[in-house]
Amino acid sequence: MNSRSLQTTIIFLVVGGILALALGGFFGSASRQFSSVLIELQTWISSRFLGVQDFVSAPRDIASLRTRNAELETQVSQLQAQVIELQQRVNETEILAALVDFSRTNPESTYKAAAVIGRDPSPFLHYIIINRGSNDDIRRGMPVVTNQGLVGRVDAVIADAARVQLITDPGSAVNSSLQNAKTTAVTFGSVTGDISLDMISQNAVVQPGDLILTSGLGGGYPSDIPIGQVITLRSLEFQLFQQATIQPAVDFSRLAIVLVITNFRPVDIAPLEPQTTP
Amino acid sequence: MRNLVAFPLLALAVILQSSVVSQVKLLSGYADLPLIMIAAWALQERVKSTWHWAVLVCAMLGFVSKMPWPALVIGYLSIVFVAQALQKRVWQAPLLAMFSVTFIGTLFVNFLSFAALQVLGTNFPLGDVVGLIVLPSLLLNMLFSIPVYTFMRDLARWVYPPEEFE
Repeated sequence: MNSRSLQTTIIFLVVGGILALALGGFFGSASRQFSSVLIELQTWISSRFLGVQDFVSAPRDIASLRTRNAELETQVSQLQAQVIELQQRVNETEILAALVDFSRTNPESTYKAAAVIGRDPSPFLHYIIINRGSNDDIRRGMPVVTNQGLVGRVDAVIADAARVQLITDPGSAVNSSLQNAKTTAVTFGSVTGDISLDMISQNAVVQPGDLILTSGLGGGYPSDIPIGQVITLRSLEFQLFQQATIQPAVDFSRLAIVLVITNFRPVDIAPLEPQTTP
Repeated sequence: MRNLVAFPLLALAVILQSSVVSQVKLLSGYADLPLIMIAAWALQERVKSTWHWAVLVCAMLGFVSKMPWPALVIGYLSIVFVAQALQKRVWQAPLLAMFSVTFIGTLFVNFLSFAALQVLGTNFPLGDVVGLIVLPSLLLNMLFSIPVYTFMRDLARWVYPPEEFE
């Protein structure tokens, strides 16, 4: 055995002996002090290293965080747009479901659904423009309804669109009947978009809340389509007729989808009307 | 050639008027975007195609609206006439001219519409028309007139570049 290997053997024995003594608990207080010093040293080095690491890598993290933030914001806005779109579809589906229910409960008529795509540019007139025209068999004079009630009638038609005169238009007049009073009257539109009932017989007993339907007289509209309800009645003894203000059945400010009754042909009674001779 | 921008631009204005502006109501009145655009266009110094634009917008509005077309034609051409007359006199204060034309034009077009519909048998109470349509429309038109004037001024510089006249 040469001197180098003897030296190595002695070192191993000494180290092994020290380890054995340490494991046996003979260096208890000394090893605790030593280890605490080591731990403090390591803690100090580690904290300094983390500080330096933060200092070096922080700008890169901010940049990546900003990028990530921008990505997430884009994603959020896309999701919000999707939510809005889906909400619109839900609303549209609800409207369509209501219209389908309405058409099922009124099977005597044939309906064509149309979306409202515009209104008359003039504030004096209450007309809407729908996205169905003569290509969809829409004809002038056809009544337009929703599941809530009467909307108006088709006034002009082109290939893929039509203009509808609302019953709120100042030029609109609809022959109506009061369901409870069993009498007829005429519903007029106005410049404000309100509708009123006129030409109610003085003998008729009308109450607020009475339902107003189309009478079908004159051949312009089918009968028994809801128009609205009586709000107030004005009856003056010196006038020929009573008048009433009406709460329309249809919310005309929120018209989105309407139904055109395509199997109704208006009757032109003008030739039957008496001519005035000078 | 750049004047052909009138077709898409005025078509867009009429579509916006029908689908968007007509929904933004103040009482029963709303702004008249084609009217303001024609007024602003007519007030631009170098523009020479104002009458064409006015006739074009009348044709488009007449196609969409139930309003009798003679009322539209008389109203819009009168606006061009007033605008050009004012432009020569108050050219140093274009915004003042714009406000004046919008004010006069709105009143004239609204009362012309009122008269035309009365003649055709639609009964309007004048008080309701003034209070619920004319005055609110006038206010909205005045509000819209400044941004529209700015836009039409920039458009006029593009359609009629200054170097063509130098």
